[in-house]
Amino acid sequence: MTDVVAMILAGGQGTRLGVLTENIVKPAVPFGGKYRIIDFTLSNCTNSSIYTVGVLTQYKPRVLSKHLGIGRDWDLDRKQGGLSILSPYAASSKGEWYKGTAHAIHQNMDFIDQFSPKYVLVLSGDHVYAMDYNEMLDFHISKGSEATIACVRVPLSDASRFGTIITDNIYRIVDFEEKPSRPRSQLVSMGIYLFNWKILKKALIEDANDPNSAHDFGRNVIPRMLLEKRHMYAYEFDGYWRDVGTVYSFWVTNLELTHPMPALNLYDPNWRFYTHSEEMPPAFFGKKSKVINSLVSEGCIVYGDVEGSVLFQGVKVGEGSLVKNSVIMTNVDIGRNCHVENAVISENVIVKDGVSIGVGEEIENVERPDIYNHGISVIGERVLIASGAHIGKNCSVDNFLDMEKIGIKTLESGQNLRER
Amino acid sequence: MKVLGLILAGEKGKGLGKLTSKRASAAVPIGGKYRAIDFTLSNMVRAGIKKVGVLTQYNPRSLMDHLGSGREWDLDRKRGGLYILQPYVSENDQYWYRGTADAMYQNITILRRGSEDYVLIGSGDHVFNFDFNALYDYHMTSMADITIMTKSIEGYDPKLYGVVKTNSEGKIVKFEEKHPNPEGDKINLGVYFVNKKMLMDLLYAAVPNGGYDFVSDIIISNLDMLRIMSYEFTGYWRNAKKSILEYKRINMDMLNQEISHELFYQNGKIFTKLKDLAPPKITSTGSVKNSIVADGSIISGNVVDSVIFRNVEIRSGAVVEDSIVLEGSVIEEGAKINNCILDKNVTIRSERVYKGYDEPLIFGKWQVM
Repeated sequence: MTDVVAMILAGGQGTRLGVLTENIVKPAVPFGGKYRIIDFTLSNCTNSSIYTVGVLTQYKPRVLSKHLGIGRDWDLDRKQGGLSILSPYAASSKGEWYKGTAHAIHQNMDFIDQFSPKYVLVLSGDHVYAMDYNEMLDFHISKGSEATIACVRVPLSDASRFGTIITDNIYRIVDFEEKPSRPRSQLVSMGIYLFNWKILKKALIEDANDPNSAHDFGRNVIPRMLLEKRHMYAYEFDGYWRDVGTVYSFWVTNLELTHPMPALNLYDPNWRFYTHSEEMPPAFFGKKSKVINSLVSEGCIVYGDVEGSVLFQGVKVGEGSLVKNSVIMTNVDIGRNCHVENAVISENVIVKDGVSIGVGEEIENVERPDIYNHGISVIGERVLIASGAHIGKNCSVDNFLDMEKIGIKTLESGQNLRER
Repeated sequence: MKVLGLILAGEKGKGLGKLTSKRASAAVPIGGKYRAIDFTLSNMVRAGIKKVGVLTQYNPRSLMDHLGSGREWDLDRKRGGLYILQPYVSENDQYWYRGTADAMYQNITILRRGSEDYVLIGSGDHVFNFDFNALYDYHMTSMADITIMTKSIEGYDPKLYGVVKTNSEGKIVKFEEKHPNPEGDKINLGVYFVNKKMLMDLLYAAVPNGGYDFVSDIIISNLDMLRIMSYEFTGYWRNAKKSILEYKRINMDMLNQEISHELFYQNGKIFTKLKDLAPPKITSTGSVKNSIVADGSIISGNVVDSVIFRNVEIRSGAVVEDSIVLEGSVIEEGAKINNCILDKNVTIRSERVYKGYDEPLIFGKWQVM
């Protein structure tokens, strides 16, 4: 697929992930034991033989840029094409931030033009899925399409959260509605668009000149193309696809991996997911440890009990501790006799002995019930939790907080611990 | 420091039986994901050595596949990098390497051409983690011609190692190879630090006259003439190719958290070939105790006191005890193994029971039982 350039939108904050995205952009959020969310999109590109990839960054790109490097881990360090990180830039007349998804691509038209591709694939770095883009391209070509939108079928009751696509019986798109209150279709957009480059370029220039546009693909560019009666088709994808945009969906999608035969097969030798990971020795399990239904990554040292959880690289679980239904990210050190349940703990957190997290009454979060719910407590990165501390359900602890220093030992259910 | 690294990796390692029937001993898998050569190679790279030659001879395919371009060790470089030095046919002569000194002599070009002042010679079979900068400092301050790494003989069988005796300042005065009752009290660890010009002179003097072995023809025969010093190492050091029992012991040592910490964290990391496999998974019927499990493995059975490599499948009801299971092996439902070593891609069919007694049972590559 040398005539395709993939553009991955990776600049969004993902506000509904709370403290998890306060310091890193959503595509860089760790997922599945050793990956970051963007690895799935990048690996899909590599596995689909798309080797010219632009990653559009904007919000807090440090961790993401470090993770991507020159794209070596995805075989994207190439003489021709390869991976390019495209950040907003200053120009002689004016410099500006990316104002919307379409504007971001518009600002990088020169980048795309240097490869003179026939097709441009616009992807999102926010989703966890396994998809062969070749099949979508075949569909696009065979339909004589000018713009193809990949979509999945969801229950009608869920459709109002997405951009819905109304098609005729041969999947030609007749209408597109962003988050309609009364959806007319079960087909919702995955945020994956395949365009003929000439047509997209024209549409982007028109959109950029429109002062009333929000420069968004779903809200502006697609409706405009529909008005122009372009040949647009919906490609229905029936494989694994998850938007891990909320704390709950992030938590549940991680834990799904620990179930027997999960829908996302990380062990498929024909569709491998690549990542940039640390070199660590294999996971060690102590004599008394009891581990079931869990992923335990390299570098972990487990003396306690782990149940239904995902442990990232280098996690330590001390003797007498229980970790249940939790996502524990890289290098978290959990001491002895701790009880951690329904928690998401970010990288490099230190949990001292005798701590309990996610234990207590189920009380709604006082500040952000829309983010912290379902009884899940979220601990930010590099937090230190003092020995004997107690953290309830639906709680959050801000990044970098040292609970020993600020002298707090108890956080009741539904509370948020912030820097004062 | 400008040092050239040379790694001797040409041996079969007769003591390892089936495990080295298709690979050189430097390529034997160790500790869940590593190969023996990773330790010396990583030690060299971490000490700042930018150019490493690996001398291969016996079935190098598996070793070459593992090393590749040297990328995992940061040795894919424009300057320096990784050199695989194999025996070759040329206009005048066509010899296999007739010994370790001959191997270096046949590759004297790499010594002659480079700008390095020193050569560090190591072996691909040794499992240890050491900062070679300490050896370099010692070599300099003791004004040695050659510095040899040694270790107290305690815990090692003198019949299997070279043993040295030193005087009070650490100069080696006696060197005996595989002697049942040696005079000295330190074993030779097979790591030599030497001035490059001197090494070239010594090779030119010895090899054309039939002195093909580095230890006997370069070290022992020059013991009186040169200042050969001993640097005593006190950490964990084992030689993977000595015997099957030793091989098993090294792997089981990885379950000891003190040794594991020393080998993999204390002085820096040991690098190996990346495989991009998913994290290991323990299912609802699985149980793992006092064991290590590498990436890509799915454990549904019981694992006790064992080392499980990458991509291994242990199905429900299977019992793996006191065993080493190499990459890609499958242990089917209800099978039981105890004191066994499974080479790569072995399948143990369901309900089979195998137990090793004095020595572990070894199953060769691709065997189906």
